[in-house]
Amino acid sequence: MNALREKAYVDFQRQGFPTRKVEEYRYTDMEEVFAPDYGVNLQRVQFPVNPHDIFKCSVPNLSTSLYFMVNDLFHNSVMPKTQLPEGVVVGSLCQQALEHPELLQPYYGRLAKTEADSVTALNTMLAQDGLFIYIPKNVVVDKTIQVVNILRSDVDLMANRRVLIVLEQGAQAKVLFCDHAMDERSFLATQVCEVFVGENAHLELYDLEATHLQSRRVTNTYVRQQSYSTLNMCTITMHNGLTRNTLEVDLAGQYAETHVNGCVVADKQQHVDNNTLIRHSVPNCQSNELYKYVLDDSSVGAFAGKVLVVADAQKTVSNEVNANLCASPDARMYTQPMLEIYADDVKCSHGSTVGQLNEQALFYMRQRGISEAEARLLLKFAFVGEVIDSIKLETLRDRLHYLMEKRFRGELSHCEGCKVHN
Amino acid sequence: MLEIRNLHASINGKEILKGINLTVNDGEVHALMGQNGAGKSTLSNIIVGHPAYEVTTGEILFNGKDVLAMSPEERAHEGIFLSFQQPVEIPGVSMVNFMRAAVNAKRKYQGQEPMTAGDFLKLMREKRKLVELDSKLANRGVNEGFSGGEKKRNEIFQMAMLEPTFSILDETDSGLDVDALRIVAEGFNLLRTEKTSALVITHYQRLLDYLKPDIVHVLIDGRIVKTGTPELALEIENRGFDWIREEAGL
Repeated sequence: MNALREKAYVDFQRQGFPTRKVEEYRYTDMEEVFAPDYGVNLQRVQFPVNPHDIFKCSVPNLSTSLYFMVNDLFHNSVMPKTQLPEGVVVGSLCQQALEHPELLQPYYGRLAKTEADSVTALNTMLAQDGLFIYIPKNVVVDKTIQVVNILRSDVDLMANRRVLIVLEQGAQAKVLFCDHAMDERSFLATQVCEVFVGENAHLELYDLEATHLQSRRVTNTYVRQQSYSTLNMCTITMHNGLTRNTLEVDLAGQYAETHVNGCVVADKQQHVDNNTLIRHSVPNCQSNELYKYVLDDSSVGAFAGKVLVVADAQKTVSNEVNANLCASPDARMYTQPMLEIYADDVKCSHGSTVGQLNEQALFYMRQRGISEAEARLLLKFAFVGEVIDSIKLETLRDRLHYLMEKRFRGELSHCEGCKVHN
Repeated sequence: MLEIRNLHASINGKEILKGINLTVNDGEVHALMGQNGAGKSTLSNIIVGHPAYEVTTGEILFNGKDVLAMSPEERAHEGIFLSFQQPVEIPGVSMVNFMRAAVNAKRKYQGQEPMTAGDFLKLMREKRKLVELDSKLANRGVNEGFSGGEKKRNEIFQMAMLEPTFSILDETDSGLDVDALRIVAEGFNLLRTEKTSALVITHYQRLLDYLKPDIVHVLIDGRIVKTGTPELALEIENRGFDWIREEAGL
């Protein structure tokens, strides 16, 4: 991890914090995000916390292998009892780098280019720990690996997390991240996540954020997929302060398939910006992207999604949709679907919509005796339902339906189950 | 049951209804006929409180209560139901959730506990049979991908679930083949009691053959210009509306 810091520092020096003048960051004021004073835990002080005391999984019956990260620190003291298949590693990135440098070295920092993005440069420069998931060749991990990220501090805090996920050839895994903020402090969490999906490997990756209004989250996720691999990814912002998610997927092996979906529910002053790039680097790959936003009050949403098809990537099939619902007159949505195609034998589509709740449907429901508030709720719920239904993990899907309903009823400002919020 | 007095109404500033007077008593079925654009759908939309229409003068009383002061959902709870001419599709809202919300909202209004899931599904099954609605449709989104006939059957199914005392059928026969028309009409007839009444808007005699209205009204240019027995509908079927226009001096 140290090997890359110096170059990262130089790259960061050169770029500085991103401003709105940088095309990729035009919808989110990153200067404001990074402006406040945050403490950084350089001394690696352990925050006295037992995650099991404060966290009960809100996805019951999921029976996951449960791990905790507190701020940017992997929590070794509470490891799950479950036995993972032989050779599988789930643990502290820092520790694994010392114990198994041969596993990390071929991957760490290979996708997250510090010269291309200053947040990635900053994270590479500062990150001291994080998570490493390694699934060896042809190993199938049945149990979902759930990682709960808890922000916990008595002072305003900046945490820089680093995640590396490697699925070797033929490996299969399901990974669920849950982001929470515990204390009523201001938090800034940056995360750089590198994901390698080997040949014929299959990964389901879910990222659920349920933090609070004082949270700032900036994540950069970089994925590379090899031949015949599949990725099913869903990024859900259920409750937050300000969130910026960058996702880059590189389809680097033929016949790879990627499904990246997302859904956002925002109200009050919340701000959510998803910036995605799907690069078809070789022929015969397929990509599907569906992002849906429901914005209420004076929340702001942004989606910029580019699908890039290079000259050689013939027979690419790609479909990108961003649909948005502005449920109040003050909510704002910026949407920018982009297609950049250099091949001539492809099937690509992209589209976006911004609309209000269907007045006819509202009236139809009211005529049947359903109150206006309830009718609005049913329509919003139905709108995001399409994304949630795309989740393959059944128990998570069912739970999300339940949590979404509570979210829309205003009964959920945090993921249920964290005692500290009650 | 329903009493409309000197009702004037407009949409986007254009006057559509120009003084409607209509009284429907318990147990009666009234037919409302008229050419396109006469104001039939406007009248039905106003009775159920569609926000696009503005009532300029007049009043509507339902069992003595002022309907125009009520929200659309209150009118529904009081027992007013509209079978829509073009039922809207609501993708993603399942028929089950939709109906449960509607049934329980009415129960709450009447001071009753919500139905248990078991009782509710039993009720759904029972009422579905009435209009031969496929169970597969009940699991879909509201009207989502339904054919024209299925949408109309679904309207009568909802009517059966909600048991209104006053129903408006707005061209429920349009777009139906003869078999579907029979199913819808028979379903409606099974729901009739001495305490329920209805206003049936139609262009065709065929539906009225099944429903056997007590009274037939003719609406022209926003006014009811003729009221008569069921034979009036037959005469319109044969002769059209022009003779009524002439008779009324329009």
